Amino acid sequence: MQVTLHQDKCVASGQCVLAAQDVFDQRDKDGLAVLLDDRPPAELHDDVRHAAAVCPALAIALADS
Amino acid sequence: MSTPRNVVIVGASVAGLTAAVTLRTEGYDGRLTLIGDEPHTPYNRPPLSKQILAGTWEPDRIKLRTDEELSALDARLLFGSSASGLDTAARRVVLDGGASVSYDALVIATGVTPNSLPGAHHLAGVHLLRTLDDALALRADLRRKPGARVAVVGAGFLGSEAAAAARRMRLDVTMIDPRPVPMRRQFGDRIAALVGQLHKKNGVSMRCGTGVRRFFESGGRVTGLELTDDTLLDADVVVVAIGAAPAIGWLAGSGLELRNGVECDPTCRAAPGVYAAGDVASWHNNHFGCRMRLEHRLNATEQARAVAHNVLGENQPFAPVPYFWTDQYDAHIQAYGIFPADAELAVLHGELEGGHFVVAYGHRGRVVGVLGWNSPCELRKLRQLVVDRAPWASILPAPQAVWPGRHLSASLR
Ligand SMILES: Cc1cc2nc3c(=O)[nH]c(=O)nc-3n(C[C@H](O)[C@H](O)[C@H](O)COP(=O)(O)OP(=O)(O)OC[C@H]3O[C@@H](n4cnc5c(N)ncnc54)[C@H](O)[C@@H]3O)c2cc1C
Ligand code: SF4
Repeated sequence: MQVTLHQDKCVASGQCVLAAQDVFDQRDKDGLAVLLDDRPPAELHDDVRHAAAVCPALAIALADS
Repeated sequence: MSTPRNVVIVGASVAGLTAAVTLRTEGYDGRLTLIGDEPHTPYNRPPLSKQILAGTWEPDRIKLRTDEELSALDARLLFGSSASGLDTAARRVVLDGGASVSYDALVIATGVTPNSLPGAHHLAGVHLLRTLDDALALRADLRRKPGARVAVVGAGFLGSEAAAAARRMRLDVTMIDPRPVPMRRQFGDRIAALVGQLHKKNGVSMRCGTGVRRFFESGGRVTGLELTDDTLLDADVVVVAIGAAPAIGWLAGSGLELRNGVECDPTCRAAPGVYAAGDVASWHNNHFGCRMRLEHRLNATEQARAVAHNVLGENQPFAPVPYFWTDQYDAHIQAYGIFPADAELAVLHGELEGGHFVVAYGHRGRVVGVLGWNSPCELRKLRQLVVDRAPWASILPAPQAVWPGRHLSASLR
């Protein structure tokens, strides 16, 4: 799985961190999401899919790889 | 009931589309129909009052799905068509024009319709703000004339965001609200007062505690308004943002319980095979032990996901901690939970006047909400207090810190 984060769309809601804290974090300054791992291991894929599905800004894109 | 083979969703915005997508990702392979009355493919609304209005984004950026993703849904997409009736006995949705669509399971996701002001909306220059077309029309009007005078009627979150966008365009903005402070209904007096200060600091003229008596026009275009305190105000553009009502008119006579929205049980089910999600749905949230209807972006997604699972037979109660955000000028305000008018307040981080803080809301001895002002990371960590419904006493000045390093300036009321 290949994760892409479009930070320009992010609204700092932190939903991705709540769903998958090993893959996403928020910058202290403004809360914008940062990607910790753009190819997360298989056991995290469900959490990452959840993060992408609930992101209110549609800032997370997933691709198979 | 066995798993349905024919699901119909009415309302093709975030809740309706999310229900459709979730059904497919959960393996539903039966018939799927998505009916929406807007001509556009589904788009995201929050940027309408922010980047779209301010002109920093164009509509292409707010599409919820690309055309390829929509066709991959393998659904019948009836966009630009409006549902006008429901027969729950025959399990049929009637469309405008008389055709009808049958279903085994129905998801109602028709959202809300903005309230209008009597005697105003036939005038050019008077706007509502709910759809992409509304936002583009308002944006064009704000750009029509440099230095335009803008009156925003209603100081809830939508009016507040519209005022901020208009100020960003350096227009002359007046905000009018019958309540004494903006966003009072959302956040209570203390935080609402800060929102009021924010607008004043950014040059908005605030007219709180007054309503609109009548509009003036010339040649069919608005030129000003008279307020209930007798003030006369010139205005080239008027934004009416006075709340919204659930879009349930088409359900009259269906036998569904319709009061403040489509009334559902804790699993978001309104009748056998009928569910509701998003702004239109009223349901019993077991986490807070009360009925609620939310007009929040995240809720539309989460509730639609829950509904899709329940359509497929899971039958789980939907009991979330609500989340809401708004952007105004340099303030990014986010909130988890509920904010009863008589809640107590305690500062958990930062300072109220400092531009960065988190406050907790206490009600009947429990933490029921936390609100962050430019403090997204701190707020996310404190959300757990609402999830746990932490005893209010446990966060008041006491040796046992709820989390390390917090600065607590006691209860404000
Ligand atoms: C300008 C704006 C800014 C916002 N900003 C924020 C924000 O910053 N943060 C936040 O948390 N929330 C925000 N929201 C709220 C958020 O957008 C809504 O909660 C969300 O859109 C609700 O989604 P929904 O699918 O339930 O309803 P809607 O988005 O209202 O969609 C309902 C759809 O159903 C269609 N429809 C209605 N009746 C019929 C019918 N009879 N037949 C067919 N189709 C029908 C409607 O035309 C519409 O397309 C904002 C809303 C607006 C309008
Ligand atoms: S969920 Fe989306 S909007 Fe929220 S912080 Fe993560 S990327 Fe940003």
